[in-house]
Amino acid sequence: MNKPFAITLDVRSSLANHTGMWRSERPVYTAGLPPCQHACPAGEHVQAWLYAAEDGSYESAWRRLVQDNPFPAVMGRVCYHPCETACNRAELDSAVGINSVERFLGDRAIDAGWRLPDAAPATGRRVLVVGAGPCGLSAAYQLRRLGHEVHVHDAGEEPGGMMRHGIPTFRLPRDVLDIEIARLADLGVTFCMNSKVTDLRETMRAGGFDAALIAIGAQLSRRAYLPAGQASRVLDALSVLGSVADGERPGLGRAVVVYGGGNTAMDAARTARRLGADDAVVVYRRTQAQMPADRQELDEALAEGVRIKWLRTIAAVGEGSLTLEKMTLDEAGLPQPTGEFEELAGDAVVLALGQDVDRSLLDTVPGLRVVDGVIEVDEAMMTGSPGVFAGGDAVPTDRSVTHSIGHGRRAAVAIDSWLRRQDPPAQRQERDPVPYSGLNTWYYSDAPRSVRPRLEAARRTDTFGEVVGGLDEDTALFEARRCLSCGNCFGCDNCLGVCPDNAVIKLDGANHYAIDLDYCKGCGLCAAECPCGAIEMVPEES
Amino acid sequence: MTQTAKFYQVGSRAVGNRLLPLDQRTEQANPERRNALTSGHRACQGCGEALAARYVLDAAAHAVGGRLVTVNATGCLEVFSTPYPESAWQLPWLHSVFANAASVASGVAAGLRTTGRGDIRVLAQGGDGGTVDIGFACLSGMFERNDDVLYVCYDNQAYMNTGVQRSGATPGGARTATTEAVGAEPGNLFGIGKDAARIAIAHDIPYVATATVAELHDLEAKVRKAMSIRGARYLHVLVPCPLGWGSATSETVRLARLAQRSGLFPVIEAEGGVVTSALPIRGRVPVEEYLRPQRRYAHLFRGEGRPDLVARVQRLADQNIVRYGLLDEES
Repeated sequence: MNKPFAITLDVRSSLANHTGMWRSERPVYTAGLPPCQHACPAGEHVQAWLYAAEDGSYESAWRRLVQDNPFPAVMGRVCYHPCETACNRAELDSAVGINSVERFLGDRAIDAGWRLPDAAPATGRRVLVVGAGPCGLSAAYQLRRLGHEVHVHDAGEEPGGMMRHGIPTFRLPRDVLDIEIARLADLGVTFCMNSKVTDLRETMRAGGFDAALIAIGAQLSRRAYLPAGQASRVLDALSVLGSVADGERPGLGRAVVVYGGGNTAMDAARTARRLGADDAVVVYRRTQAQMPADRQELDEALAEGVRIKWLRTIAAVGEGSLTLEKMTLDEAGLPQPTGEFEELAGDAVVLALGQDVDRSLLDTVPGLRVVDGVIEVDEAMMTGSPGVFAGGDAVPTDRSVTHSIGHGRRAAVAIDSWLRRQDPPAQRQERDPVPYSGLNTWYYSDAPRSVRPRLEAARRTDTFGEVVGGLDEDTALFEARRCLSCGNCFGCDNCLGVCPDNAVIKLDGANHYAIDLDYCKGCGLCAAECPCGAIEMVPEES
Repeated sequence: MTQTAKFYQVGSRAVGNRLLPLDQRTEQANPERRNALTSGHRACQGCGEALAARYVLDAAAHAVGGRLVTVNATGCLEVFSTPYPESAWQLPWLHSVFANAASVASGVAAGLRTTGRGDIRVLAQGGDGGTVDIGFACLSGMFERNDDVLYVCYDNQAYMNTGVQRSGATPGGARTATTEAVGAEPGNLFGIGKDAARIAIAHDIPYVATATVAELHDLEAKVRKAMSIRGARYLHVLVPCPLGWGSATSETVRLARLAQRSGLFPVIEAEGGVVTSALPIRGRVPVEEYLRPQRRYAHLFRGEGRPDLVARVQRLADQNIVRYGLLDEES
């Protein structure tokens, strides 16, 4: 008898008993939609690049990230991170600092000199991109990767659009922007600067372009009629920010009033403080609850001594002072005048009331329709003019760099399909993001959020240096590992362990598992004990 | 800013995790684990006992390099794993009768010692019926003689194999086939039954511990520690039973976790008659959260319910928390 010590029966003899026959439901590994990815206007696969970063594979993480967005270092500074607002971890302790990890990866790529992946073999197609802002650059990058020849025309001297002219250096240092844009030139995108396109069809014909993307942004500052004296100074926020970005230091006086409640207003007020204003006051006609500015920008502004006058409009601008009218909210939440007035000292008024699209180019494109001041586009981002697409601030959208980058990517995909004479890819079926209740959070370690260092408030108003610092490697790794990996397996082996029937198999070489349906009785323990909700129980066909 | 503490996303709670160094993962995360109780056994869906038996025996076999013999009392575990001539065991396994697993194990240990094979270790196992009631005299004798056996009791709190009859481990208020949910005090009586772990501690044996199927790292550490000690050792593992408790098959691990988090099942360790550690409660829950998903307690919540009886169960949990200081480190 050739059997192991003290054993008389054949071992493993129960394996002949296929208990999987008992099953009425089977576990299936799924990949759910993480809420961060769902919320990202640029369409970043946040969970996927965090997963790579979790084991210190920063270059893989960066490479996954730049598939969707070529500007991680810029994004890690200027994005208002709706991903973090959506993050399920906020219900556990606090949201994962996705934006700070993104910046860490972006900065790491700059330090290490990582290059974008090479372009696909040339397709022989040529695409004209009008506007070198975030939308145009994002589209140019994606189109170039697909092997198309891309020419970006822009009236300015340097590419970057609002990233260069609208965002102050204390939020986005220009060397960071320059390096990330230079990677696109290395990839083979052709930049034609100081080249304002005035007749789109003519430029396309002359250059032999097969398609075009209009990404001209919204550059015209909205004005408001303000009764103003001869000596009063009324400026618009974009030109103030633009001239500071060009290295000028326009004198605004000691008391500066900014009119408006958006992010541009915050940037303008913070810039005024740095230009020497002792008092920078934002005048906004509604309350904080209705303010369009990002909460973080508001907090930074307040930390730098910016004052806010809620529920006020400017009635008249005099020399060295303004007249404000107090407002009140009606039942519909709209501001209504009260007839009460007050004086406010102010040497200059900076208007930050929003921006409009310059129509001069648009009117030359036959078939293109402008509705409510913005370009009408279909689901594939094509205008009424075949082969002419549009994106960014010039189409109906929430206006942010992140949205524009997302537009650029979507437009590029659609343009690629159009060039290949294919239907645009079907709109992805809208899936619901994985809810917090879909997770088994017992398993996650407690871990408070890491906070990025900030320049001391006292030192901010005399420098245009960057306010928010980056995370060091240990802290970035810690922050990446706070990710709950919602809906996507992260290799914790729980399913492998909790199966009473040993019916979960770990596949070689990767953190992937399979179910041995010969023995799985369908109890559902693996699904219930999966921390991230990546296993679904599916009824067997009877 | 530097984080000095190592942080691994799920760290010490999940079974494994790709980020953890290999030596910090559980034996169950090892793709090469022994699977001492292999597939094809006939335990019910979601069986806590089948799960615990594999956890315990894989860890014990690993700890002693595979030189392990196990003796089984009669009960579910024996019946579902070995309908003749089939066996789901991948190690030497011996069954005699209901009452005598501890005695047989003592004899196997003695036999191995006298034949010069003292390197082979003995592990006895049984359910709560075979341990707390039927085999109790044999177990106490094994403790008294300090025989070199680790006895493991898989406690699912009733005789599940024969149709869910009450055992000495059935908790107060629980319905079984022999303690029906009728009368003024429905379900099992309060104040009767045995706390086997405390009785084992009272024998002053080298090592006694309790554990659940919900805390795998803790369970495996206790098995390893037990196998590093010679003499009589006792491990009492709570194993929810979907059939007898009337719970969903997917809830087995969660219920074990809730039993610990409510304080109803204290997870402790004792050496030489002295309690040396207790697993602190992380996120305390009221006992109701543990009782409600189980049909054996449904009569406590039907209609107007029996808040008085729920309160009695809560008092038992509170008593455990005080006795073992379960909230000392974290509350």
